[in-house]
Amino acid sequence: MTPPGTLAAAWLIARKDLAIEFRTRSAFLSALVFSLLAIVIFRFSWDPTAVAALDLAPGVLWVTFTFSGLLGMHRSFGVEAHDGAMDALLVAPVPREAIFIGKALANLLFVLGVQAVALPAVVLFYNLPVGNGVFALIGVMLMAAIGLACIGTLFAGMVANTRMAELLLPVLALPFFVPIVLPAAQATAQILADRPLSASLAWLRILLAFDLVFVYACTLAFPFTLED
Amino acid sequence: MSPATPARPRALFDWVAPLALIAMVAAFVRAIWFTPPEMLQGYAQKIFYVHVPSAWVAFLAFGLTALAGGFWLFLKDPRLDRFAESSAEVGVIFTTGVLVSGPLWGRPIWGAWWVWDARLTSTLFLWFLFLGYLVLRGAVDDRDLRARYSAVLGILGALLIPFIHLSVYLFNTQHPTPVVANPTGIQMPGVMVKTLFLALFAFTLLYVAFVRARMRLAEERDALDAAATSER
Repeated sequence: MTPPGTLAAAWLIARKDLAIEFRTRSAFLSALVFSLLAIVIFRFSWDPTAVAALDLAPGVLWVTFTFSGLLGMHRSFGVEAHDGAMDALLVAPVPREAIFIGKALANLLFVLGVQAVALPAVVLFYNLPVGNGVFALIGVMLMAAIGLACIGTLFAGMVANTRMAELLLPVLALPFFVPIVLPAAQATAQILADRPLSASLAWLRILLAFDLVFVYACTLAFPFTLED
Repeated sequence: MSPATPARPRALFDWVAPLALIAMVAAFVRAIWFTPPEMLQGYAQKIFYVHVPSAWVAFLAFGLTALAGGFWLFLKDPRLDRFAESSAEVGVIFTTGVLVSGPLWGRPIWGAWWVWDARLTSTLFLWFLFLGYLVLRGAVDDRDLRARYSAVLGILGALLIPFIHLSVYLFNTQHPTPVVANPTGIQMPGVMVKTLFLALFAFTLLYVAFVRARMRLAEERDALDAAATSER
């Protein structure tokens, strides 16, 4: 049997991770319940007569996505910890970049899955007027999710081999989420206010640049985090 | 990995340290007594001679940490990793200096301790990155793995800072534009510029002295570890 190419191997790894997730559903359900709880609790931390729901929603949306994303990504290398699964993955005749791309792809789909439920929940609970902007909003989410998945996957792989992994992942990853969450939240605010897309163009450019730089950098960096 | 370092006479005295001390005293004396106060800001502006050099050293320390990490990935020389570790630790001190001296100036001049400006925010996140870097180092026992992880984090952090700066710049900016590194030339009287350059020199020397001291500590710790391992 010939070994698969990089992308084919990545897809196999992503499918494996998603199959595990689909059969256990543990991380997805907890991330989902966490998101819904966060959305509801945020509502009570502001005075509804002083702050309009429309001003609140972008922040709530993005803080929720960031933290629920971290919850899921933390698991992506945790599943390899038992029975030497990670070693088996490393001796497989696939490029190490493929392992990263596969893991990141699974995490991306995970984050998008949570977003697919959390976004309608925010729209519902905060009475948001999502009409024309829905496709632009999905675009922003996709771009942000790529950055989140990439950074989260790289650091999740690193902290899996450390003490206090649960604490360390947010400490390392959150600074890297600033140039994702800030533009995404600003663009979301513009879109929800029904302003033309040109108003959020500068933010979208930053998101796109971040994705391009960090998808590349993280894919290159991942093999260096593994022992030879 | 080099075998246990041969018993080298321990350098107790580092000539850089007293030089740095002299330069620091000279810079402070010049800044306090021999540089006129600024016309509009008065004496509050004097903090400039602490704030700017600290910021310079903070970013220099981070840049060198990232660079040393990058070289380590290819050369695997333990000295590079010890340098990265030392530079990061010293960098935290100087970054803290920036973050403390900034608000002290901001309060009388801006009327606010803190504003969410691009430069302030990038420096704050530089501090978070440094702290994360040190926490990560503390959480990994294996020396090789620790060097790998911190090298990767250092390099990605160096890529991150411009992105934070850019996104917060678009968000809101209030920090004074640089008066020295200004594209239209130095916007400052010569006497102040000289004091600033003296302070920059003194702070850089202080950084070198601190890093050297910290590296000696790391060297001895590693030698001790090696000795303990060979004993077993």
